[in-house]
Amino acid sequence: MKIAGERQQLTMLISMVQARYAREIDDGDCTLWPDFFVDDCFYKVTTADNYAQNLEAGLMWMDSKNMLRDRILSLLEANVYERHSYRHIIGQPYISDVEGDELDSETSFIVARITREGPTDLFATGRYVDRYRVTDVDAKLIKRIVVLDSGHIDTLLGFPL
Amino acid sequence: MNEHSRFETKQPEWPTEGGIRWIPYWTFTNQELYEAEKRKLFNGPTWNFLCLEVELQVPGDFVAVHVGETPVIVTRDRDGGLYAFENRCAHRGSLLALEDRGNVKDFTCVYHAWTHNLQGDLVGIAFKDGIGGKGGIAKDFCMSDQGPRKLRVAVLSGLVFGSFDEDIDELEDYLGPEIVARIGRVLNGRKPVVLGRFTQILPNNWKLYVENTKDSYHASILHTFFTTFELNRLSQRGGIIVNENGGSHVSYSAVDHQADDGKKDVYSEQNIRSQSDLKLSDMSLLGSFKEFDDDITLQILSVFPNFVLQQIQNALAVRTILPRGTDSMHLKWTYFGFEDDTPEQRKARLKQCNLVGPGGYVSMEDGCIGGFVQRGTVGSPNERAVLAMGGYAIDSSDDRITEAAIRGFWREYRVRMGV
Repeated sequence: MKIAGERQQLTMLISMVQARYAREIDDGDCTLWPDFFVDDCFYKVTTADNYAQNLEAGLMWMDSKNMLRDRILSLLEANVYERHSYRHIIGQPYISDVEGDELDSETSFIVARITREGPTDLFATGRYVDRYRVTDVDAKLIKRIVVLDSGHIDTLLGFPL
Repeated sequence: MNEHSRFETKQPEWPTEGGIRWIPYWTFTNQELYEAEKRKLFNGPTWNFLCLEVELQVPGDFVAVHVGETPVIVTRDRDGGLYAFENRCAHRGSLLALEDRGNVKDFTCVYHAWTHNLQGDLVGIAFKDGIGGKGGIAKDFCMSDQGPRKLRVAVLSGLVFGSFDEDIDELEDYLGPEIVARIGRVLNGRKPVVLGRFTQILPNNWKLYVENTKDSYHASILHTFFTTFELNRLSQRGGIIVNENGGSHVSYSAVDHQADDGKKDVYSEQNIRSQSDLKLSDMSLLGSFKEFDDDITLQILSVFPNFVLQQIQNALAVRTILPRGTDSMHLKWTYFGFEDDTPEQRKARLKQCNLVGPGGYVSMEDGCIGGFVQRGTVGSPNERAVLAMGGYAIDSSDDRITEAAIRGFWREYRVRMGV
């Protein structure tokens, strides 16, 4: 019972963190997005086929919090794209393993994209394959691999998922 | 004459004056032209990129790709040779391969189990002789008369190309010596390793993306990541090579440390967005290693009609441009490194791949710019784009502020299309 209760609490904690994560991307300006990660984090966006075949490259491939900051800086200051936003719907995290203050979890998501001159489109579905470091009140991502279900990406991928 | 007659649709035609300088916008929307492209380009005497040879290592290996809209299977047969044929059953036309890649002993159609060997020949028919003397294939049916169309296959530096036209020029002649040499420069006899594959759906006619890849003028203007971090200013040493037919090209730039001083203001004078105060927090993104004998840090190479080989520092990729209707296309990216990469080199490539692809720092804009043109011109089929940068010639040059390679594409396109 004690273990089940702990899992439940951790699931709640990760859910809350991920709700904030989605809000920062969808309704914020992403500038606080890197703060969901530890300093020497790893973040990659790939597809289910690449992931299954152990192909290493990503649509984004970053191995430090500073690289995440650079991504947002570039998106806000340098890159050119039509105004658009995302709407993440994030499922319940499945915590597959707990090891000391770290845990592995997987969470399904769907992301709609709203572009300036168009309707709401279904942009991406997939799962987060995560490793978190947990404290009493928070959890930070050590590693997040965003595994897109489809290998097809419409138009471009700007903001993080 | 009716007062409304001036609003009647003009028959689309190419402007005749001035050589290749005007591109009418109906080129990107006209359905008849699109159908003619299928016949004259993708099913005609052009070489289309199929895959990397390294994707077909042992007999039985296959990949399922496309030539234009046509699904194609590429195989390595037991004789060690590479073969390509339509991914279409000889019988009733179903797809034969239902996976992107794999290893098989033959291709048996799921519909009625007609079997094709690794060269695409029809070699078996289910219940050919019927059952109990009843049914079976017609007495005069000849299996060798029936089968998916085959492509001629050629390999250059580990790149596999195919053509539906058996009489097409040799690949090396089609490309010309300079393009052949520049492909060899990147592959350089090494064995590639695929690092990832991505497909980008672009909301534009395929030719708008072709123009974009040949447009050395836009690179540092649209893609401000490069200019911001001084990766690729036009004041760098560089140039373009346009092959004899016009439709294949190389654009390159090289580090030129001496030219850096005194040219800082070139961009601000031209009212081009450039934020010189921006700094990356993690410069390891741009950490590159010496891979080539020359100082060339960027080489974009295209082969008519639809292939791109990219070297951006150590980020290497092949791209295939696949038409999907007049206003849509698929762009297939295959990122690669080499078998003898050290772990550090591999990591550098993976980091630099942040520059390219559907989400790349210096390529994401190319995902939307073609759509901007498509939407901007949809109501003006008889208006036209102008290609006057660098004059009107279609020559190789030692600068990149030119649209010569785009004009070259249209010259070869018009000759082959007869428009």
